[in-house]
Amino acid sequence: MSEKHLPLWEVFIRSRSGLAHKHCGSLHAADAEMALQAARDVYTRRGEGNSIWVVPSSAIVASDPADKDELFEPALSKIYRHPTFYDVPDEVGHM
Amino acid sequence: MATTSISFAESSLLNLVLRRADDALILGHRLSEWCGHAPMVEEDIALANIALDLVGQARSLYGYAALVEGSGLTEDHFAYRREQHQYRNCLLVEQPNGDFAATIVRQVLFSAFMDLYWREMMTSRDKALAAMAGKAEKETAYHLRHSGEWLIRLGDGTDDSHERAQTALDELWVYTGELFEADDIERGLAQSGVAPDVLSLEGSWNQRLAPILREARLEIPQAPFMQSGGRSGRHSEHVGYILADLQYLQRTHPEAVW
Amino acid sequence: MYTQALNGIPDEATDQSSEAARFQARVDAEQKIEPNDWMPDAYRRTLVRQISQHAHSEIVGMLPEGNWITRAPSLKRKVALLAKVQDEAGHGLYLYAAAETLDVSREELIGQLLAGKAKYSSIFNYPTLTWADIGAIGWLVDGAAIMNQIPLCRCSYGPYARAMIRICKEESFHQRQGYEIMLTLARGTPEQKAMAQDALNRWWWPCLMMFGPPDSESQHSDQSTRWKIKRFSNDDLRQKFIDATVPQAHYLGLTIPDKELAYDDASGHWKIGPIDWAEFKRVLAGGGPCNRERMRARRKAHEDGAWVREAALAYAQKRRARREAMQIAAE
Repeated sequence: MSEKHLPLWEVFIRSRSGLAHKHCGSLHAADAEMALQAARDVYTRRGEGNSIWVVPSSAIVASDPADKDELFEPALSKIYRHPTFYDVPDEVGHM
Repeated sequence: MATTSISFAESSLLNLVLRRADDALILGHRLSEWCGHAPMVEEDIALANIALDLVGQARSLYGYAALVEGSGLTEDHFAYRREQHQYRNCLLVEQPNGDFAATIVRQVLFSAFMDLYWREMMTSRDKALAAMAGKAEKETAYHLRHSGEWLIRLGDGTDDSHERAQTALDELWVYTGELFEADDIERGLAQSGVAPDVLSLEGSWNQRLAPILREARLEIPQAPFMQSGGRSGRHSEHVGYILADLQYLQRTHPEAVW
Repeated sequence: MYTQALNGIPDEATDQSSEAARFQARVDAEQKIEPNDWMPDAYRRTLVRQISQHAHSEIVGMLPEGNWITRAPSLKRKVALLAKVQDEAGHGLYLYAAAETLDVSREELIGQLLAGKAKYSSIFNYPTLTWADIGAIGWLVDGAAIMNQIPLCRCSYGPYARAMIRICKEESFHQRQGYEIMLTLARGTPEQKAMAQDALNRWWWPCLMMFGPPDSESQHSDQSTRWKIKRFSNDDLRQKFIDATVPQAHYLGLTIPDKELAYDDASGHWKIGPIDWAEFKRVLAGGGPCNRERMRARRKAHEDGAWVREAALAYAQKRRARREAMQIAAE
């Protein structure tokens, strides 16, 4: 057997139609179908959602916190990407 | 002191409602025994969900039974204050949990039946039963999915799990005949369009089970005879113990409100 | 979401002292620490210990209440209790998952519990003897737990804080259902009222012990406070619980089993008599009424479930192999 223990899955729930799936927790299951059922049983007991994604935790690639500066700092100075950077006279109204 | 049991006249409709209610309560009771003892915590939660659905169905049905009976009894009177021979559940649901395989096989056999039953009940002439069936059918479809997927994994898992699953199927199969027994009550209410004709469900039930059992690599047992008696109140020895637990407080403190 | 894939920064390779200073500065600034962030080994160890103890407590805590599911006296009480015990399973699961972000597997943690190496809340080593115990546990044990848990929603470790937010939200019905049971009993027959008083008598002192040893003897408090894992001292939380609970007991018409209990006008607090810390230590060391039963039940569930977990894994393996074989055949 390649694995000794039930693998870990990450669970994403869409809380209402129109919203994006959001990470809500993890669980252990042997395969995708059982992970989906466990996600339903564990994470939607109080009507929290109408759609579920489960992803093997091992399939997730995360950015390294040590790279935080080089990854995210450069965006902070590009204020011209935000609407408030531009002046439009009040008389023009909402734009 | 007089008995703490209720007395009531059991019309055909009341009897039928109690069959469905008692099935749900007793199986819910059995599944709730797993809580805290399941093979993994995910399954503690899953089995508790099924138990909660079933006890919820039982409550709606007992509530309706009280309405049908009409003398002011409540859901708890029906659940807690009857004698063993007045419980109308089938023998299958009262069978002990056994190992996880027995619990799963029992669930598959029962849910496959009830899913068909509730689906037909949705078109009942009795609006209350039709409404309850609409809710219960969705719950039951999931019970079948969950237990069916487990049965496939147990049947086609390891040699040990296969053997356990087959043994459970062999042992529980004798209680399946009772599900399709149409006595005068079932027949009468089927003819008047109140309830499904259970006899007619057997073929569809076999069709529902076949692909699950095939995928699980399990053999349908050859049972030379079937056990029955639950619907008329002749239960297995297990029910006495279930009721001893279930009714203990209501019987000890009959005047109390909880 | 937490992946271990990129966690491979060896501690030796980093400048411990400057990393440690930066870590503490982030904690001081109320920033959350996330799984892949650098953290001192002792912080990681403390969290693994605390979160796993917390998880074990939820799982073991299912047993005393689970006792009464089949005997609940009405269908309404039965579904509420079953849903509550089920929530505890969920909370155990969330907490194991939070601990797993710290590079330790659920199997390892459960292994430690079953080997008797990990602790869990000693309150669950007391028996549930009557239905009133279900009321008392909801009202007092969950009440005490909530006092402990609300500050943990602001814990510096992100996954633990997020798990606690979800847990606190779900637990809000637990204490209320417990109090409602007590209220119904207290207003019921003389036998029911006696049952309620007896439950309070047995659960009061063990509940006060749930907050841990007095501040003067607590080993972990200082460092945990600096790391913002702990926000209030054991004694402060205990006093808060007492002040909240005494009036609730009076409303029920029940007597707190403490002859020295008195309201202190000067401080505005209820003062209690001495806690029997010898009992606390005895129960923690395995000498409680139910330590053996609880561990036996957990071991049995784990051992009896082994073949099921193996079957699920074997099936997943077979199905993967079959799918690969089909793909090869198709090519």
